[in-house]
Amino acid sequence: MIATTMSDTATVNSAARPQGKDRAAKKRDPMVWVIKPAVWVLCLAPLAWLGWLVVETIYFGGRGLSANPVEFINRYLGDWALRFLLISLAVTPVRILTGWKQVVRVRRLLGLFAFFYVVLHVANYVGLDQFFNWEAIWEDVIKRWYITVGMAALLCLIPLAVTSTKGWIKRIGGKNWNRLHKLVYVSGAAACLHFFMMRKGLQYEPLVYAAIFAGLMLVRAVEPLKRRFSA
Amino acid sequence: MLIKHRKASDVLGSEITPKSVFDDRRRFLKTAALAGAGLAASALPSLPAYAARTKLDGVVKSKWSAESLPEDDPINSYEDATSYNNFYEFGTAKGDPKDNAQDFKTSPWEIMVEGACAKPGKISFEDLIKPATLEERIYRFRCVEAWSMVIPWVGISLGDVLKRFEPTSDARYVYFETLLDPEQMPGQRAPVLNWPYKEGLRIDEAMHPLSILAVGMYGEVIPNQNGAPVRLMVPWKYGFKSIKSIVKIKFQKAMPPTSWNEAAAREYGFYSNVNPMVSHPRWSQASERRIGELFKRKTLMFNGYEEEVASLYEGMDLRKWY
Ligand code: HEM
Repeated sequence: MIATTMSDTATVNSAARPQGKDRAAKKRDPMVWVIKPAVWVLCLAPLAWLGWLVVETIYFGGRGLSANPVEFINRYLGDWALRFLLISLAVTPVRILTGWKQVVRVRRLLGLFAFFYVVLHVANYVGLDQFFNWEAIWEDVIKRWYITVGMAALLCLIPLAVTSTKGWIKRIGGKNWNRLHKLVYVSGAAACLHFFMMRKGLQYEPLVYAAIFAGLMLVRAVEPLKRRFSA
Repeated sequence: MLIKHRKASDVLGSEITPKSVFDDRRRFLKTAALAGAGLAASALPSLPAYAARTKLDGVVKSKWSAESLPEDDPINSYEDATSYNNFYEFGTAKGDPKDNAQDFKTSPWEIMVEGACAKPGKISFEDLIKPATLEERIYRFRCVEAWSMVIPWVGISLGDVLKRFEPTSDARYVYFETLLDPEQMPGQRAPVLNWPYKEGLRIDEAMHPLSILAVGMYGEVIPNQNGAPVRLMVPWKYGFKSIKSIVKIKFQKAMPPTSWNEAAAREYGFYSNVNPMVSHPRWSQASERRIGELFKRKTLMFNGYEEEVASLYEGMDLRKWY
């Protein structure tokens, strides 16, 4: 779901990915047998931890969800949504900086996990925080700017998640698909802004996330320039 | 977990083991415990040792004691009220104050009283409360973030305290200030707000019988994370008005600056009365989540103290004076 350049797509399709039918090669491919399962486990770990905190709170009188569980869950899921969004935005910079081409093959998975946590974050807001009070939700979306901006971040991600399958790449064409998936940059920027606006006073944490986002964008921006000047 | 009481059924090791063996074992355990504690301390530097809890003597009931508490306002647990705090001087996360305030030094403590009054000067915490009666005041506490609790404070009438300094006719407002000490208050090392924390009340608000200086909670000395040793408590205003760890009180003619107003004037007005009709740029103030409850409940005008305080604001446009 994360934007790629044409050269990325080409890399994925020819050199890096073992030819689909070659099952023996696929079996030996560490990307399939080690890295992807590891990504699944790591991406589900924060959710599993939250699940444990919920169980501990309900059944064992734990206090891990704080005195205000709805707020805790909202912030926890928001934090992880933003982290995974930035992690998926880091894939291309990692490829550029390390030359490890295979890494782009976990990009879709990471992007979809980011979307997954965003959806949980918003579902918690809609279901537990506002308890499906659509009137209050709508009022929040149009009146409270940090929620408006969060909504924009979510809306940008929806078409990307929908078109994340191979079928959709074919249907709309690689070039259009790449263009569409540039929306993730807008979403990332909006998510950082949403976080910054949500915090009161001048707080460092949202600035750190914004700086990481800016750094990741910078690596992307510098790469074509470097290529042009070295050619 | 703060004070470990020995139950009758707990049997001391000394009761069933010969003394010499017991002593040896104890020495071993002590060494092991020390080593263990050392290890734990180095591995988990964030594990705080919670300050001891001290009961307050001579607390009398008031008009706002449990007897007059509405049925649907049950008192929140001590755990909730002391582990979920906004006290940015000790960090911006709700659990930070409890983690970071345990070693905060609240004694000796002095308060500077100055400005438009006949008897300004420095006064120790002890002298401040000695002439006053400690009263139990169970108040609803409404945070601007749209959550609320019910907390049994122990406090003294703010009006009575202020009168001792004999404010003059120029004393139209009272200004309060929190301690500035980045050494002890790690949150102050970052420019989250314009430190020190500043707050203020109009003199008639300060003199209102509901306004207190709180020095305790749950019949005990107020925990550091809740604003020890002395904090303001004005229950009809959003929580941030009730400034904590006060070191300065000043009577003045002009409306004083307040920290949150300086940070975002459109969001935090000088009055900041709880008002479900005046929505806030960040939170609809129409409803609130009572800590311990899942569903939101409707927010009451002046946090349910309308009968007592509405007359203070007669003729004022509360949309303008938010
Ligand atoms: C890409 C989309 C989004 C991301 C990455 C995201 C991320 C975040 C983050 C990081 C926080 C702050 C957590 C903290 O303080 O630790 C937050 C708070 C919040 N978000 Fe989002 N968010 C997104 C979309 C949305 C949407 C669409 C809504 C609502 C319609 C929403 C509602 C909220 C609310 C209400 C809070 C504040 C909770 C509180 O005050 O306790 N977010 N979000």
